[in-house]
Amino acid sequence: MTRHVVATVDQIPPGARMLVTVDGREIGIFNVGGEFFGIGNRCPHNGASLCRGRSVGLVEASEPGSYQLSRRGELVRCPWHGWEFDLRTGKSWCEPDRTRVRSYDLKVEPGSVFTEGPLRAETFPVSIEKHYVVLDV
Amino acid sequence: MSITDVERSQPAKHRLQVIDCDIHPAMTSWTEVHPFLEKRWIEHLTIYGSHLRHAFSEALSHPRMSPDAARVDAYPEEGGPPGSSLKLMQKQHLDPNRVEIGMLIPLRWNPGSQRNLDFGAALTRAMNTWQVERWVRQEPRLRASVLVTQEDTASAVAEIDARGGDHNFTQILILPRTDEPLGRRRYWPIFEAAIRNDLPITVHVGGTGGHPSAAGGWPSYYMEEHHMVAQAMQAVVASLVFEGVFERFPKLRVVIMEGGLGWIPSLSGRMDKHWNRLRSEVPHVKRPPSEYVREHVWFTTQPMEETGSSATLLDLFERIGWDRLLFATDYPHWDYDDPRTAFKANLTETQRHQLLHANARKFYGLDA
Repeated sequence: MTRHVVATVDQIPPGARMLVTVDGREIGIFNVGGEFFGIGNRCPHNGASLCRGRSVGLVEASEPGSYQLSRRGELVRCPWHGWEFDLRTGKSWCEPDRTRVRSYDLKVEPGSVFTEGPLRAETFPVSIEKHYVVLDV
Repeated sequence: MSITDVERSQPAKHRLQVIDCDIHPAMTSWTEVHPFLEKRWIEHLTIYGSHLRHAFSEALSHPRMSPDAARVDAYPEEGGPPGSSLKLMQKQHLDPNRVEIGMLIPLRWNPGSQRNLDFGAALTRAMNTWQVERWVRQEPRLRASVLVTQEDTASAVAEIDARGGDHNFTQILILPRTDEPLGRRRYWPIFEAAIRNDLPITVHVGGTGGHPSAAGGWPSYYMEEHHMVAQAMQAVVASLVFEGVFERFPKLRVVIMEGGLGWIPSLSGRMDKHWNRLRSEVPHVKRPPSEYVREHVWFTTQPMEETGSSATLLDLFERIGWDRLLFATDYPHWDYDDPRTAFKANLTETQRHQLLHANARKFYGLDA
């Protein structure tokens, strides 16, 4: 497993997202209320860039006339045809097994991990004062 | 929300040649048409505004899934609605998708369904010139559509004849849900003018004629209404067939634009079945209805059916007729079809080329 430092935490504030390219793969990094998620950027339906989509919550109805909104900001809606993808799993809401994008593990690590420990960020200048979003591929 | 921009503008991997039969240009505001509109109507527009044949003037009958029914990524940086920036259209669509020719289909402002017929006529003239000046002359890959006052036949015919020899125009645009079904004789002068000027009649979904969008009344939801485009198009095709339009005008060519495809073999089959039994009611329909459809009607491919298997989609194309299908993207609308990914079927290169390019080239006489 390779670890990649892709951003500093303050580059992607809550509600924001950032597109990164790791080993030639486009990956969208999303900050949802301080939690970071990474998914493949290319919509498996027709190829739009998911990073250009809107972040939405999950709206459900137990019966007609009764609506619940939950999981605010945890889904991204494709900018073209509106497919909703769960940022936690990469699965689409309507066809979770068939239409899905890869999801990536992200961790937030302090700069000290890279400057003192066995991990090194080769292409990313790391400062001990900051926190970093780290992607495991 | 902050977005780190991404370029989805790299060229297609294989060298597709694309003719896109449905691109929606937009005005940044009404003032854009002022240079082409008589002073009398600029004042009218300023004082009274646009008044369509249905309620909520200038609004769509249902809120779309996104404002202006647009792709979320199609908003120009310089402001204005999606479809208003030629630069973005080139960068996001025409260039990366290798669009050789793109047909403009202006949908908003609906000159054809203005309550004030004289304003509508003035607006068709202005918007037709607007298409040429603002788009075609700036981007030679684009072609205009003749907008007409479809409920005011005399004005419509005059405008068709005025634009007829102009190769910037490739078709006459009609919106469905006309006052009466489109095959009725009040519309025949428009068909005559189309033939006289060798232009097809293109019927694009939508329309603000005042009729409910579904046969049973106004639907509650956009998703519900979105399916009714097929219903409206079936009404158009059936009317043209049973009113005897194709008997009366054997050279008439009709394009059904954005109406879906799955219903076509079904409608043709049902019409044939009933013709076998009820023919004597419509003796002017001399041949099985499906023959008129097969000979006179073409269909644009967007929104492409996603049938779930390659075989069923290929079968559908076979039943409609491979040579009747014209590729369209609907850029910049949300249900845009990408030429690289829209056809979920195993197409040969020849078939792909036929759908994306060759059929439209032949149909619109683009070699001439």
